[in-house]
Amino acid sequence: MAETQTLTLHVWRQKNANDAGRFETYKAEANEHMSFLELLDTVNAKLIEEGKPAIAFDHDCREGICGMCSLVINGYAHGPRERTTACQLHLREIFKLGWKEIWVEPWRANALPMVRDLVVDRSALDRIVQAGGYISIRTGSAPEANQMPVPKDVADRAMDAATCIGCGACVAACPNASASLFTAAKIAHLGLLPQGQAERMTRVRKMVAQMDAEGFGGCTNHGECEKACPKGISIDFIARMNRDFLKAMAAARDDVKTP
Amino acid sequence: MQKTLTLYDTTIGKKAAMAASGVILLGFTIGHLSGNLKVFSGPEAYNEYARWLRTVPALLWGARLALLFAFLVHISSAFQLWKRNAEARKTRYTKKVDIATDYAAKTMYWTGPILLFYLLFHLAHLTFGGQLFGDAAIFGIEGYTWEPSNPYNNLVRGFQHWPIVVPYVLGVLALGTHLFHGIYSMFQTLGVNHPKYNHLRRDLAIALAALLTLGNLSFPIAVLAGYIEPTALRFNFPELL
Repeated sequence: MAETQTLTLHVWRQKNANDAGRFETYKAEANEHMSFLELLDTVNAKLIEEGKPAIAFDHDCREGICGMCSLVINGYAHGPRERTTACQLHLREIFKLGWKEIWVEPWRANALPMVRDLVVDRSALDRIVQAGGYISIRTGSAPEANQMPVPKDVADRAMDAATCIGCGACVAACPNASASLFTAAKIAHLGLLPQGQAERMTRVRKMVAQMDAEGFGGCTNHGECEKACPKGISIDFIARMNRDFLKAMAAARDDVKTP
Repeated sequence: MQKTLTLYDTTIGKKAAMAASGVILLGFTIGHLSGNLKVFSGPEAYNEYARWLRTVPALLWGARLALLFAFLVHISSAFQLWKRNAEARKTRYTKKVDIATDYAAKTMYWTGPILLFYLLFHLAHLTFGGQLFGDAAIFGIEGYTWEPSNPYNNLVRGFQHWPIVVPYVLGVLALGTHLFHGIYSMFQTLGVNHPKYNHLRRDLAIALAALLTLGNLSFPIAVLAGYIEPTALRFNFPELL
């Protein structure tokens, strides 16, 4: 028999950005095999039966790879389990901790404005990528694979950065609501590879300028983002972004405009 | 309005300015401690060192201006970043757990201003004490008057009084805590990182913070333990007047 428990959920409810927002309390029957999102589903099923508006929360793949879920669970972005998205957080983990009462909040950052309840608008992150997180190349047929050798350790590091799913947990966990880890990961996964070299020094300046223009805070090297990241992306990439940025500002012959 | 991006427009640029000025200030604290350790070599050595520092006024004032500049850069960039960071999250979390933040990182915005106030107190005490207090008792402490040519006694006799010792100890502890996060942070901000050597950044931060804390605490401890005592020797150094 699967273990079940009755949990008390305090869920952030907010109609829209102009509403003040408040916690509302729900009782939910929790099964150890459920994911945290499934627990919210059961609450929503009941709310819909009662003719009340369901709790809005972002979700898509529920496999931990799409980056849509975005819940701060009892003070932890994506919940208390390391390297796990909220959708992959099973309630047995919550039972282990003995939590009976759980507070569920959205990502909180000015740059990620409120949409409704637990849903925030993360297009600021998309705009950072649009500013330079791409490679301008002719997209014809695939080139011969061995034409451009990439050492294994470099490819691995690029992949470590590329595991970023853009969920924004780094912003949510950061005491300054900084998007440094996100931006650094996006800069690094291109900047490490040969195809990304041509635009490397322009990319870092444009993306950092966009990151600042969106109103994210700065990095104070606390390391919260690294711990909250469901993919465990290292803050070493932030140091790499800083180095690339300072180098680009000092050495580049062209100027970059502020957004 | 679009304009050419400058280093100081960006958070990373401001952090780099903070790190670079921090390096200058760290250099000073190390030099300051190593100079003051001469107090253990006796009053002649210590006072001669104080006199030597003032032999070339241009160098003395050059160093003071450089430090003042570093302080202004450090404080103004810290203030701007603090303001920006505080505004980046207007709605705060009801519940938020810090997983990685250590005590030093959490208290940077406190240890910084504490250090500034301590520094003003410290300067008023030992650098401008003569001008400020003249023949009157220093900070109103009975029997503690300024000896213009004798910095050794000004230091040693100060630590015989709790109103000097208490702020000093608090200032030194704030310095150690600030540096523990600051030194590590400086490497990260300036992009000095490599998996082979990354652990050394923390090690160096711990070593320097511990060295500066313990080194500076050794003075009040030595005086209060009676290991260092005021001297009856008379000195006459016109440079120190």
